[in-house]
Amino acid sequence: MSMTAEPIVEAVGLTVDFASAKGPIRAVSGVDLSLKPGETLALLGESGSGKSVSLRALMRLHPSSAKIGGSVRVDGRDVLAMSARELSAYRGKIVSMIFQDPGLAFDPVYRIGDQIAEAVMRHERVSRAEARKRALELFERVRIPSPERRLDNYPHEMSGGMRQRAMIALALACRPKVLLADEPTTALDATVQIQVLLLLRELQREFGLAIVFVTHDVGVAVEIADRIAVMYAGRIVESGPCADVIRNAAHPYTRGLLSSRSHGALGKDERLKAIPGSPPDLAAPPPGCAFGPRCESFAEVCGSAMPDNVVVSSSHIARCVRLAIRNSSQPGG
Amino acid sequence: MIIGAPPAPEDRDRGGPGTPLLDVRGLTKHFGGKGGLFGKAKSGVVRAVDGIDFSVAKGETLGIVGESGCGKSTTARLVMQIIRPDAGDILFDGEAVGSQALSLGDFRRQAQMVFQDSYASLNPRLTVEETVAFGPRVQGAKPAAALAKAHDLLHRVGLEPRRFAGRYPHEISGGQRQRVNIARALSLDPRLLILDEAVSALDKSVEAQVLNLLLDLKRDFGLTYMFITHDLNVVRFMSDRIMVMYLGKVAEFGPSEPIFEKPGHPYTAALLSSMPSMDPDHRTQEAPLTGDPPNPIDPPSGCRFHPRCKMVSTLCSQAEPRLSTMGEDHLAACHLADPQSGHPRLAAA
Repeated sequence: MSMTAEPIVEAVGLTVDFASAKGPIRAVSGVDLSLKPGETLALLGESGSGKSVSLRALMRLHPSSAKIGGSVRVDGRDVLAMSARELSAYRGKIVSMIFQDPGLAFDPVYRIGDQIAEAVMRHERVSRAEARKRALELFERVRIPSPERRLDNYPHEMSGGMRQRAMIALALACRPKVLLADEPTTALDATVQIQVLLLLRELQREFGLAIVFVTHDVGVAVEIADRIAVMYAGRIVESGPCADVIRNAAHPYTRGLLSSRSHGALGKDERLKAIPGSPPDLAAPPPGCAFGPRCESFAEVCGSAMPDNVVVSSSHIARCVRLAIRNSSQPGG
Repeated sequence: MIIGAPPAPEDRDRGGPGTPLLDVRGLTKHFGGKGGLFGKAKSGVVRAVDGIDFSVAKGETLGIVGESGCGKSTTARLVMQIIRPDAGDILFDGEAVGSQALSLGDFRRQAQMVFQDSYASLNPRLTVEETVAFGPRVQGAKPAAALAKAHDLLHRVGLEPRRFAGRYPHEISGGQRQRVNIARALSLDPRLLILDEAVSALDKSVEAQVLNLLLDLKRDFGLTYMFITHDLNVVRFMSDRIMVMYLGKVAEFGPSEPIFEKPGHPYTAALLSSMPSMDPDHRTQEAPLTGDPPNPIDPPSGCRFHPRCKMVSTLCSQAEPRLSTMGEDHLAACHLADPQSGHPRLAAA
């Protein structure tokens, strides 16, 4: 990963609005993302934080009723301006996605090998035999046992872990530059999850992929990511290099997430440090900082306006008024 | 009997403190395949639970862990008699479930279950208070008394009755729904609560709240828990003792800390080191296990774990290991834990 490389994914002021019975809901409100080739960014957040909605916006997978605002540029192209034809050439070839449930990502009535070959033939002018050869190479690459035979499997004939590997093979079939991963290991057993994470790390090095990896699990983010962006109520509240965010969490929400994990030995009758309350209703968000009502350091100023990004250290930023106050009282700090 | 304060624990503690609340011997359930009563089972039989023994002491939390398909949820359902065991004895406080002394109905009043899917386990047409009052009403409580009890329980699980009592399941969040399920489970003053992945679908910040709540309720109501999960961090936090299952068998059983500090079964060790590292400078470099958990149809011979085990020897594919003592109350089903097994690595050590 070179520091001078141009970003391959760049989203600025990304917003996504959905219509609902209660009125419009702003699921993503002003997300900035920047990703260089070969880099992995983890979007970490709880359900409803907007992490998956942001991810899907990069590929324009939302129904047409959803309104996407801001700008999204991937590999030099303006994604939000693409026509239907341009989009279908873009999806799978430049950017592809893997999902939580590979059972839903595959068509149940076609053999997996044929589905991969079909994707290759759609984007590249190759014969069926060549496309099939590519599918076999990919199956070997993602280490599916007896790959030749497995190409002829239907999705239901594979176990969960193997289906996930097959979906990774499908996603990489046309050698995309960016891989979007939406909780691909959440439904897997821990023993299989770690295998898939290691495989993704290996493939990334080999193909120079940029990966955006959505997860709710801090541990998974640590295993996969170069950088972590923590999302809450449609915004990135903290982002920075993985080690900085984990060891030196600046936003109270990130700190809360880290300390509510039960890990290691705890004394008998010890309690977890839980974050009180639950995430806000996006149809009626609280005024000011969305995390305010659950925050242990809530102050009056937090209720007045959404805090701006504050620089914690070189590339580590967080949206918290407390940090701005601390920074201004330490000139040059 | 149902209304008002729960009966004093000493009245209900029939077997005395030394008797385990739950004692399970030789529990077996095979699905599919039609074998004669004494005939050999046909192929295609899923040996979901294959002769397991365990006990849960009064007031403890027994954690059950293992990969999907290991039989942990089937074990819970067998204990609750939601599905009938093919064989095995279940003693509740010293009395056989379904016997003259303890009818199935009596047992089920004393043992309740909370499931993973908080939405599917609630009736969408009942309000929160109706859901929690339903059990006591069926058991003959007067409507007003059942409702008062429901409000008390909702308050105990952190749902203010004034705000939540009249809501329907779709009007509340997942964490709140799971609190309703817990309140409902407590409405018949049970002694045993079986929690089957009860916090697995919750967000991490909400999960911590519910785990804390479960600890409080256990203390306040004098409960005993069977806590089933795939999350090893959670099981370590919650459990006094842990049972590790693999393909329908007990791989390891013992007090929580020794199992985490010094696992006796290579499978437990692999399971523990599969947990994501929390240290960005020391990420996992090699997966402890390869491949998916094998199918419980036609499990491997000998030790069921042997095809994935790093310590495997020819003995492992031939003989099934017995549960050997590793330490106080700590058992592991591995030839390496059994000095008499003749595993070649024992001689080398």
